[in-house]
Amino acid sequence: MSWIWIDHFVEFASGRRASAVKMVTASEGYLQELPSGDPVLPAVLMIEGMAQTAGILVGEARGFAENVILAKIRCARFDDYAKPGDRLRYDAVIDSLDDRAGVTSGTVFKNEAPIGQVDLIFSHINPADRSLDLPDHNFVFTESFMSLLATFRNHGVEKVEQPGAG
Amino acid sequence: MDSDRDDVFSKIQNVLSDALGVDTEEVVSDATLQGDLGAESIDFLDIVFRLEKAFSIKIPRGELFPDDILNNPEYLDGDRITASGLVKLKEALPHTDLTEFEKSPDVSKMADLFTVDTILKYVEGRLAAA
Repeated sequence: MSWIWIDHFVEFASGRRASAVKMVTASEGYLQELPSGDPVLPAVLMIEGMAQTAGILVGEARGFAENVILAKIRCARFDDYAKPGDRLRYDAVIDSLDDRAGVTSGTVFKNEAPIGQVDLIFSHINPADRSLDLPDHNFVFTESFMSLLATFRNHGVEKVEQPGAG
Repeated sequence: MDSDRDDVFSKIQNVLSDALGVDTEEVVSDATLQGDLGAESIDFLDIVFRLEKAFSIKIPRGELFPDDILNNPEYLDGDRITASGLVKLKEALPHTDLTEFEKSPDVSKMADLFTVDTILKYVEGRLAAA
């Protein structure tokens, strides 16, 4: 099973911002029931969706040379639920990026209406750094994640911007 | 405190409350960021970023929290800051009283140098210079 909580990118401006979408389906095993009985996508999985969108944005900005680790959730606030049939969109923006970390802010949309804010900090971990006793290869940007970006660049592009544009 | 200083301090209280998940009442002048307010290493970056936004200033890396000293072997002798490291630390923290720290410059105690008052003085200095 792939732990991937975005379906595909719809915008990717290298080093600046990215948007990814996810369709919520009734067949997913991670839906929770509200007291009313309505199934909803847990908010933590919307945070994960934003983390994957923003994490790939941050990783790509430095050529995927490092492992990009979610280090801190600066803010996570949701005003609504996402239910089967809803289309979620995660808009992530890089606020700050250097060799230590990437700081991002993001808005979660449900069917094009904003329903949440998720701001994150990612740490850059060089795979050659053995002080943390982590694997000596890039264990974050696996083939599954990389295929998301490759698919975006090869097919179904709604909007593309190159570095330095706009 | 005068009203300007009150305003700056109030903003810093809000910044630290948001960054560290503590009540603003806990953010008193002599509170240490790590020991009293529970800051972890990644929080220092968050604090810098929030201060930049709150006060519309740019804080160069290592200027408020000079972590580069701990990454330079010239400034370390085991778990202690060397004499040259102390010189560098004084340069980096002109508003901080290092008298007690100098008596036993243990790396583990370096975190206690960073208090709410350290941030207040830094921000005031930056705003005065603007």
